[in-house]
Amino acid sequence: MSNPYAKLPGWVEYGLVPLVNLAVAFLVAGLVVLLVGENPLEAAYHLINGAFGRGEYIGFTLYYATTFIFTGLAVAVAFHAGLFNIGGEGQAYVGGIGVALACLWLDQTMPWFVVFPLAIIGSALFGAAWAFLPGWLQAKRGSHIVITTIMFNFIASSLMVYLLTRVLKPLGSMSPQTRTFAEGGQLPKLDWLLSIFGLDIGTAPFNVSFLLALVAAFGVWLLIWRTKLGYEMRTMGHSPSAARYAGMSESRITVITMMISGALAGMMALNPIMGEQGRMQLDFVQGAGFVGIAVALMGRSHPAGIIPAAVLFGVLYQGGAEISFEMPSISRDMIVIIQGLVILFAGALENMFRPAITRLFSTSSRRAAVVAQTKGA
Amino acid sequence: MDFFHVIVVLLESTIRVSVPLIFAALAGLFTERAGIFDIGLEGKMLGAAFAAGAVAAITQSVWLGLLAAILISVALSLVHGYASITQRGNQIVSGVAINFIVAGSTVILGEAWFRQGGRTPALAEGARFQTINFPFADTIREIPFIGPIYADLLSGHFILTYLAFAMVPISWWILYRTRFGLRLRAVGENPGAVDTAGISVIWMRYRAVICCGILCGFAGAYLSLAMTAGFVKGMTAGKGYIALAALIFAKWRPFNIMLACLLFGFLDAFAIRLQGNPLPLIGQVPVQLMQALPYILTVILLAGFIGKAIPPKAGGVPYVKER
Repeated sequence: MSNPYAKLPGWVEYGLVPLVNLAVAFLVAGLVVLLVGENPLEAAYHLINGAFGRGEYIGFTLYYATTFIFTGLAVAVAFHAGLFNIGGEGQAYVGGIGVALACLWLDQTMPWFVVFPLAIIGSALFGAAWAFLPGWLQAKRGSHIVITTIMFNFIASSLMVYLLTRVLKPLGSMSPQTRTFAEGGQLPKLDWLLSIFGLDIGTAPFNVSFLLALVAAFGVWLLIWRTKLGYEMRTMGHSPSAARYAGMSESRITVITMMISGALAGMMALNPIMGEQGRMQLDFVQGAGFVGIAVALMGRSHPAGIIPAAVLFGVLYQGGAEISFEMPSISRDMIVIIQGLVILFAGALENMFRPAITRLFSTSSRRAAVVAQTKGA
Repeated sequence: MDFFHVIVVLLESTIRVSVPLIFAALAGLFTERAGIFDIGLEGKMLGAAFAAGAVAAITQSVWLGLLAAILISVALSLVHGYASITQRGNQIVSGVAINFIVAGSTVILGEAWFRQGGRTPALAEGARFQTINFPFADTIREIPFIGPIYADLLSGHFILTYLAFAMVPISWWILYRTRFGLRLRAVGENPGAVDTAGISVIWMRYRAVICCGILCGFAGAYLSLAMTAGFVKGMTAGKGYIALAALIFAKWRPFNIMLACLLFGFLDAFAIRLQGNPLPLIGQVPVQLMQALPYILTVILLAGFIGKAIPPKAGGVPYVKER
């Protein structure tokens, strides 16, 4: 589809437009806070303080951000190929099996740096496998990827309940979770990274998988903008018919893209399972797969945008917990509203303010041109 | 006789759980036939259920509750319409957004207004729907076979239940036998042709979206005013997605929708009934498998292994008038 709007300068396109959308989302969220009878400014103060006030808080913020970088990248990779992967939630959930298997197998005998690579491979494999079927069905049988991935989220949830209550649960235990892993199944914290900045990590579970997330972000940038496959994916995303005309195999790209996307979503499981809980629990994903949609939309599907967007949602999650502690009438569900508003304004209504912004910039640049002309004369 | 009794009970609960699915799937039928994908059925239903529960609790009037449900649901539909028709945004993104906004705000507002952990107060007799008993239901119940069918299956449901089943032929009639329906379907298949005929594609789609809102309003009101006495947080519990699955499973046709919803409702009722009891011949079936079955069936259908589900041609594509 052709873009009916004039081209804007880069900083406007990637900086100003998302910021305007974000600002509107927060304004509406502020209205909800007012409706509840609380002061939005006070809520904002608790949000910022809760996210950055102490080293420990920053650790938690970055811990959440790690999760969202993975799921945001997963959604973004699919977006580039014109695919909408709503199934990040399910892929991350199933990816947890890979992590849990690696940990249960080796945690008592091997150190974490042996278990970790295996867990990475495991999570990526299981996540990719869960995304493979929707991708394959889209490519070969023409079934709509959005619907199949939604269905797969529900199927994943049932499957995991089954596995955790019947198979992976230790004998004699009542709660639906694996046993707690030994030393080898737990990731070291990044306390040294925070202590460089003079911060104390406290109990925050900010761990090595953050570094993996950064590597993954760089990897996605390489893949999308520096490889042949990435070029093909973007071509297909812009114009499937052009891709077909250029002899690219649509079905191959669809399946591979979905598997990469699923692998990234699956790797998210490393952070809560190995990094925080030290075991796999029911519902450990906690909606992170859906947050990934908001993150990818905010970050305009570019890793450089996704990382700050993920940190933003980390702030919301950590700061939101603080708000609900200080202001009991605003529970953590406030985050869900903000998440929805961001998806609405940065995603579905992304063009709402664009005409106004375009007008602003086209007139100012024309004026600048006129000024330049008169100076020249 | 005992077996027969079990069947009757099972079918009765099938009907009870199918009603919101039928409303929601028919709601989806109207928008999707007009070319607008709607992932937001879940959110609209939840918003409607909350509005119904809250208003009925405050006013003690079931009808005002129903009205509030419809108003909120239509308002949410219009947001979806504004994003996807006027702003030509991504329809799926917009639907996802609505689901989140509603999921969060029903809890926040419910907690702020009623302080019962995201619930609305339990509704008294007059503030919720009552079941309607057909004449002589109690006398006829004693007659073998026909008695229980008349007394338990046909009689003794809520007015919304009868409305849901009545909406199936009504929707069919609207979509296939009226000018409005013809144009609505045309807008979903070939909006350009409709535009050429001098009919506003935009207005047509907005009307479809409003129809969807009204029906989702009924679905939500049924949940909080009939099925239970009040709103409980997250009470739709994926029913909107099951309705979406049913809509696709039914290949976007009204009567098939009713059958698909009854099938999915039956699976649900059956899973609850089963709860750990082994099935004859098959043995123990995990409850989780039964719960996942509607989704699995839909995936298999979508893959074209049970017939082919062909969506409306212009579905998901915003209409841009040629210049």
